[in-house]
Amino acid sequence: MKPIPFDYQRPATLDEACRLLAADSNARILAGGQSLVPMLSMRLARPSLLIDIAHIPELTRLDETDSQIEIGAMVRQAVALKDPLIGQHIPLLAKALEYVGHPPTRARGTIGGSIAHADPSAEIALVAATLGAEISYRDGDDDVVFSADAFFIGPMLTLAPPTGCLVKVAFPKASAKVGVGFHEVAPRRSDYALASAAAQINLGADGTVTAIHLGVGSIGDFPERLDVDSLLSTDLNDAALSAAVTDAIAMIDTVDDLHASASYRKRVGTALAIRALRDARNSLYKDSAA
Amino acid sequence: MAEKTYKFLSQPRRPVEDRRFVAGRGHYVADLERPGMLHIAPLASYYPAAIINNIDVSPALAMPGVIDVVTGSELAAAIQPLMNGLDTPAVRRFPLAVDRVRYAGEWVCAVIAESRAIAEDALETIIVDVTPQPFVLDAEEALLPTSPPVHPDHGSNVLLDKKFVWGTVDEDFAAADHSLSFSVTWGRNATVPIETFGVIAEWNGWDQILDIWASVQMPKYSDQIARCLGLAGNAVRVHYDVDVGGSYGVKRGIKHATLVGYIARKLGRPVRLIEDRLENMRAGDAHGPERKFDVTVAFDEDGTIKSMKMRALDNAGAYAGRAPFQLGKPIGAIVGPYQINSVAYHAISVTSNKTTQEAVRGFGQAPTNYALETALDRVATYLKKDRLAVRQHNLIRADQFPYLIPSGSTYDSGDYHTVIDKVLAEADYSALLAERDRLREEGMMAGIGIAACLEPSGGNSSFEPLLNEANRTSTWMESCQVNIDALGMVIARIHTTSSGQGHETLVSTILGEVLEIEPSDIRVTRPNSLESLPGNSPVGSRMAIMLGGAAARAGEKLKTKLIAIAAHALGVAADTLVYQGGDVVAPDGRRHSWQDAVELAHRQFHNLPDGMDPGLAAFDIMQVPTGDALPVGGKVQMYPCYSFEFHLVLVAFDPVIGRPEIRSYTVGHDCGTVINPAIVSGMTYGGIAHGIGAALLEEFAYDANGQLMTQSFLDYLMPSSHEVPAIKIVKHCTPSPHTVFGQKGSGESGYLGAPAAISGAINDAVAALGVSFEKLPIRMSAISDAIAEKTL
Amino acid sequence: MKDVSIVINGTVKKARVEPRLTLLDFLRDHVGLKGTHAGCEHGVCGACTILLDGVAVRSCLMLAVQADGQEMVTIEGVGGQFDRAGELGVIQDAFCEAHGLQCGYCTPGMVLAAEALLAENPNPTEDDVREAISGNICRCTGYVQIVEAIMLAAQRLGSRNEAPSPSPSLSSAS
Repeated sequence: MKPIPFDYQRPATLDEACRLLAADSNARILAGGQSLVPMLSMRLARPSLLIDIAHIPELTRLDETDSQIEIGAMVRQAVALKDPLIGQHIPLLAKALEYVGHPPTRARGTIGGSIAHADPSAEIALVAATLGAEISYRDGDDDVVFSADAFFIGPMLTLAPPTGCLVKVAFPKASAKVGVGFHEVAPRRSDYALASAAAQINLGADGTVTAIHLGVGSIGDFPERLDVDSLLSTDLNDAALSAAVTDAIAMIDTVDDLHASASYRKRVGTALAIRALRDARNSLYKDSAA
Repeated sequence: MAEKTYKFLSQPRRPVEDRRFVAGRGHYVADLERPGMLHIAPLASYYPAAIINNIDVSPALAMPGVIDVVTGSELAAAIQPLMNGLDTPAVRRFPLAVDRVRYAGEWVCAVIAESRAIAEDALETIIVDVTPQPFVLDAEEALLPTSPPVHPDHGSNVLLDKKFVWGTVDEDFAAADHSLSFSVTWGRNATVPIETFGVIAEWNGWDQILDIWASVQMPKYSDQIARCLGLAGNAVRVHYDVDVGGSYGVKRGIKHATLVGYIARKLGRPVRLIEDRLENMRAGDAHGPERKFDVTVAFDEDGTIKSMKMRALDNAGAYAGRAPFQLGKPIGAIVGPYQINSVAYHAISVTSNKTTQEAVRGFGQAPTNYALETALDRVATYLKKDRLAVRQHNLIRADQFPYLIPSGSTYDSGDYHTVIDKVLAEADYSALLAERDRLREEGMMAGIGIAACLEPSGGNSSFEPLLNEANRTSTWMESCQVNIDALGMVIARIHTTSSGQGHETLVSTILGEVLEIEPSDIRVTRPNSLESLPGNSPVGSRMAIMLGGAAARAGEKLKTKLIAIAAHALGVAADTLVYQGGDVVAPDGRRHSWQDAVELAHRQFHNLPDGMDPGLAAFDIMQVPTGDALPVGGKVQMYPCYSFEFHLVLVAFDPVIGRPEIRSYTVGHDCGTVINPAIVSGMTYGGIAHGIGAALLEEFAYDANGQLMTQSFLDYLMPSSHEVPAIKIVKHCTPSPHTVFGQKGSGESGYLGAPAAISGAINDAVAALGVSFEKLPIRMSAISDAIAEKTL
Repeated sequence: MKDVSIVINGTVKKARVEPRLTLLDFLRDHVGLKGTHAGCEHGVCGACTILLDGVAVRSCLMLAVQADGQEMVTIEGVGGQFDRAGELGVIQDAFCEAHGLQCGYCTPGMVLAAEALLAENPNPTEDDVREAISGNICRCTGYVQIVEAIMLAAQRLGSRNEAPSPSPSLSSAS
């Protein structure tokens, strides 16, 4: 399982990376390599040129703004897992990162790579879609920003410009009072999930629910944000959660394959989404009766 | 029976092999570099069945770095087909497809290049022109005369269709109170080692020797290579000092070695083929049994199982391989550990357009045990009796050994009830039941699984003449050579590769015990096949018995010589002397030391007894105990020694998620006298891990187009450290009367009973819903779907 | 072809390689270090594990060109080298004591995963150990004696005041 021959460049700047991309329509970005290198070895990926962005300083930045945490494309998953800014301000991502791959793949895999690769069961992509993160690409001289909840359109398919390089993913900072929940199931722990769900409930300063974010992954062709805004007018009781989730998932065409049936994915996706919401709710209201 | 205490046997001792492996200094085939070595990449076909019209290799030959391309037609003209164990001469198998493609992924040609990468580049340029043909994937369909035969010249897809009736089956069925029938299917899976198969061949035209280094676990390897290539037997030199990265039965490698050997001779340069994982999964020696059992049992109201009818239909894949014989070996334990009076067994092996099956750990015993234990559970459920009690009622009792089973094998020894009692005590069976019920009250599905199984050990190929009357082979031997050198150090030679079973440790421990010297001072070597005495490799859980036996007997011969030398030197009769820690002591206390004997044997011929040869060397070639007859009337003694295992597991799962979690795993294991405790327990733990995979995760699954869906480890899922729980092993020892130390085999332990136990546990969990799973692996999706269907 | 300079077990190795060459193949075929094994070449089995700046990574999922300028340790860098050849490190010795291996093929990866774990977490629970080796598939042992080996190693390292290896390979050896 040896790759086809290709060229390799290691640009020092984002501009140079984009220039290389634009010059060769068969060039591909190499970030952590944990998804791309196996595809190269199986000859499923057949680029003429790999552009290694690991040495572009601005891509490893992790910055805090008033409302967002901006994670550079090359921030390694293992680094993100331990980062205090992420732990404090994007607790849902911190939780989801524990489920990503194995320690050796988290050491090399990147936040940006996971988003750009867009595997339907990618946990980072799911959180991004759920929270409506902003995905920034540099395409030639242009900066293009996508909202994550519309970015993923199919299995390994996104709106990313073919000549673009992912620069950073900006996640909204959670409110001070926030509850999160994340669940996934797989035949073995850390396998590609058969179903996954991410939930976040934000409370305002006055203790009312200001936003409910819910997303499911692995069950369809891409991770999706689910609209459960109807819950904002409820007290988040179990029956209401169940009804809202069931409704929201109804339209998803779940995948049927060797590892799980379509009905399994729908059933378990629903169950996990409800559990994730419940976890989020319970962690907020643990001091009072739920 | 009091257990004997040994000085070295059964004592904790570090396996000697471990040192080189923890340092990364194993000697695996892919580690070897021969000067000028070339690399092979095989081209995989696409269609499950097709006629090959033309293969245009010219673009590949034109690529820089490509040396040659070999096709099936070239091979077929130059070599003999691979040996067939059955009398099916029209089922011809070559390492490359000849005229037809018979399974998706079959190798149609081989590119030889300066590097593997270049060879793979060249593969992409080759144009194969085929006409797709009708194909058959399902075994029942393959049985039908209307199904397209995989080998048209053979006329049908039936490789083997043999019926046996042992005992008074019809009468027992007529007299029994009840009968029930069921079907279960063992899905296609195997033990898939982490190292793929690899082989290097190098032809030396000056010495006229073909050297072979291979990651192989196969008896008669050099013989079969020689026969296929038309070489003299002593022109093939297989190097046994290659470390094998796991095999558990599968690495036969005969098609690879034949291909690579042919190419090495043709090109006059060393060549290697190291399967990559895709090649291995799709076309290598990788697949195992795929078997459907239809079982009917006749039993009385008190739970006594009188008789059993079993039809076992196995899907061999596109060629015969070892698959048909994996239907034969279980005949040696066809009633399991139970007193079933009569059996009718119908064994059918069919070809299909799937990858060829090879041997897998247990050689068909694990699937058969799965069917047997399902029968026990079904009988208990039918009679509304406890599943454990029904087993205890039917188990052969300790006072009944040696026990002759209907198919002609005698079980040597055992005490099944005691092993079970020990397990129940260790696991606290009533607490386990209470825990199961508590989990159920919490809304979880929970079940207990039980399996009582035998591990036939010692090997014996008597299933071959049993299934093929033209085969008259009864010899199944193993050998060991031992030399005490001029400085008094012991060197032993074993004549086989090993794949983690610790044979060097086995032999040095046993020799140390016999000669009463420190085992770590003994060096064990593995020569090549030209320097070896006959052996049959570590198959059939045989080495503790056979290699251990040969080593012990060779050691005894040396000890006898040492005593005789001392007797002559001391001037006393040999039978008055005591052998003590390597020295020989006379009644009056005079001591003739080990070094004294070495001095005389190596340097003072004039002081040796008359007629004694110099030196201190011995060898032993041993036939398998009880292996002295061919089958008669469809009955034969199969393996000599029978180890026993009893599995007790608690499994729980969320009814919606459906993922089984093993909450408790206790296994009782009796393999007679244990040579090395850590090696034996390691086998059991590893076997259980294989069993967890077979029960829950692993399958070589095909789609309707005949394509293998599980071509890589992304889809063929094997248990990780999260899926194998902590396991408690409870030991017992009923020595075998057939072996020097009472040792039995343990190489297949755990694997033979774990799938049955886990399946039983899941079925116990869902029984109340009227759900039952009858096919392995039992995936979480199937569990959840079945429960959802019943609870709607 | 690209030039690479990579520090392996304390020694600088310079070579000219095709970009498509994986780090695994580079180590085995260009440097001649055979202890890192190929099991699947697609990042699942972990037999190719090495330590990159002390962290366990899969060498089949890296290209040699990516590793230019980096430092790594392979199994050959654990335990005694050169004049101390034959000496086992504490973790290696514990694997022998507990017989946490059989065929040895996954063992280098397991030992390195254990090295990485114990360097970061000297007092792991059994769950921590199982998680640390969850990316290394073993088909022989069922993991039980591997977990025992690593727990034993942790215990032994804790009672000494010593690094896991007799000659930690990131120090200058040449």
